[in-house]
Amino acid sequence: MISPRYHRDIPQRYRLEGGKCTKCSYIAFPPRLVCPKCKSKSFEPYHLSREGKILTFTIIKVGPDKFSKETPYVVAIIELNDGARLTTQVADCDVERVALGAKVKLVFRKIQDEGKSGLHCYGYKAILL
Amino acid sequence: MRDVAVVGVGITKFGELWKDSFRDIFVEASLKAIENSGVDHIDSMYIGTMSSGLFVGQEHVGAVMADYLGVAPIPATRVESACASGGAAFRSAFFEVASGHSDIVLAGGVEKMTDGADVTEALATAADQEYEVYHGITFPGLYAMIARSYMHDYKTTREQLAAVAVKNHKNGSMNPNAQFRSPITLEQVMKSTMVANPLRLLDCSPVSDGGAAVILASLDVAKKLKRPFIKIKASSQSSDTIALHSRESLTSLKCVSVAAEKVFKQAKLKPKDISFAEVHDCFTIAEVVVTEDLGFFEKGKGGEAAEKGMTAIDGKIPINTSGGLKSKGHPVGATGIAQIIECYEQLTGQSGERQVKKAKYGLAQNMGGSGASCIIHILEAV
Ligand SMILES: [Zn+2]
Repeated sequence: MISPRYHRDIPQRYRLEGGKCTKCSYIAFPPRLVCPKCKSKSFEPYHLSREGKILTFTIIKVGPDKFSKETPYVVAIIELNDGARLTTQVADCDVERVALGAKVKLVFRKIQDEGKSGLHCYGYKAILL
Repeated sequence: MRDVAVVGVGITKFGELWKDSFRDIFVEASLKAIENSGVDHIDSMYIGTMSSGLFVGQEHVGAVMADYLGVAPIPATRVESACASGGAAFRSAFFEVASGHSDIVLAGGVEKMTDGADVTEALATAADQEYEVYHGITFPGLYAMIARSYMHDYKTTREQLAAVAVKNHKNGSMNPNAQFRSPITLEQVMKSTMVANPLRLLDCSPVSDGGAAVILASLDVAKKLKRPFIKIKASSQSSDTIALHSRESLTSLKCVSVAAEKVFKQAKLKPKDISFAEVHDCFTIAEVVVTEDLGFFEKGKGGEAAEKGMTAIDGKIPINTSGGLKSKGHPVGATGIAQIIECYEQLTGQSGERQVKKAKYGLAQNMGGSGASCIIHILEAV
């Protein structure tokens, strides 16, 4: 991932900055220019809730080269307490305890490395509460 | 819009074709289709390929293929809609003939996946690069998340998912172009390597090379060729959110139900009128969900239907008589065209031991990503 692209996503990856539609309250993460629900173009800055629950998950046994040293790892779709949804890894967990509906919170972690000599890339992961 | 026919088809063997290059594979399928149709020229062509840039470092595929097929200077355009690229190429060709702009158009699809690229990474580009793939999700992983939700909500069993793979391998064993021509047992599926829990290796379509091409023509041209042809009854396409997590439902694919509603309305037909269907079984769970969202089965009953043989060649609605992506192989860009070819062969009575009796209407459903694109065609025997 080249640096300008990585830099551009820092507000979302590090700080969970999204947008809230001023007309229908839809939460856009990442921010969008057009609300997919009501087509409004008016958003206010919004920080996602950091806690939520697991809607569904998988345990990746065969990963892309970049993640192959980390297998097996858990990836889940999380619904945050404010209703926003995202895909993220569930870290530091006993795989047996990961379940549909399990409560989680988002924490700041390293996600991947850009090759051997590139950037360390950071972002959010979920941990079980 | 005038009526459009499919007048000829050509397909390569699907599998690990180490001796053949990306362009060789496409040219072989296209030459077979042209020969099979009896046309003396083509007016233009569309080529579906998902990720030639990542798989073989080649873009500008329209020009490459027109050059090597020896048809330059005709218009030649590459069409991309992830795993639905073949269906998109077919739909583009359909519109060009239906509009009256051209009389004879080739629609092809091709993928060369075994030249050494990181296939998992290349396929993952069909998902949201920044908000799904960045976090380490893979395609089997996305469908595994659908499977887990679905199995929870509808009490579908692992055995019911496995029944889809067993049925498709049985069908593929009768298809000379299929990658895997070996029947498999339920036990083999259940014990195969875990890829993304709960999906195992034998729930997944394979990595394949392959090409497929069909010739579309106006009905006037089709009649003059005096060879078997079928009619394109209806064509529809839909899109949905790129990220799985943004969808309203994790257990049904809205892109499929939306496109299905449109295509049945256009064809003035109902799901019960369809004689057989080729559906996008990139993973066993996909076939289960898609057969429900197409309206063949009630929601939650797709797994049971597969287990009870309702989707077998002699069942209520035969699904993936070709062996599907699972057993026939899934050279991504070629898949949508290969589905049309199975429909052509079934509707012209050329399917040999896979033949569905009294086949009148065939349906081909091609899907991109985790269900962000869907293209459906209904084909009719004449
Ligand atoms: Zn809105």
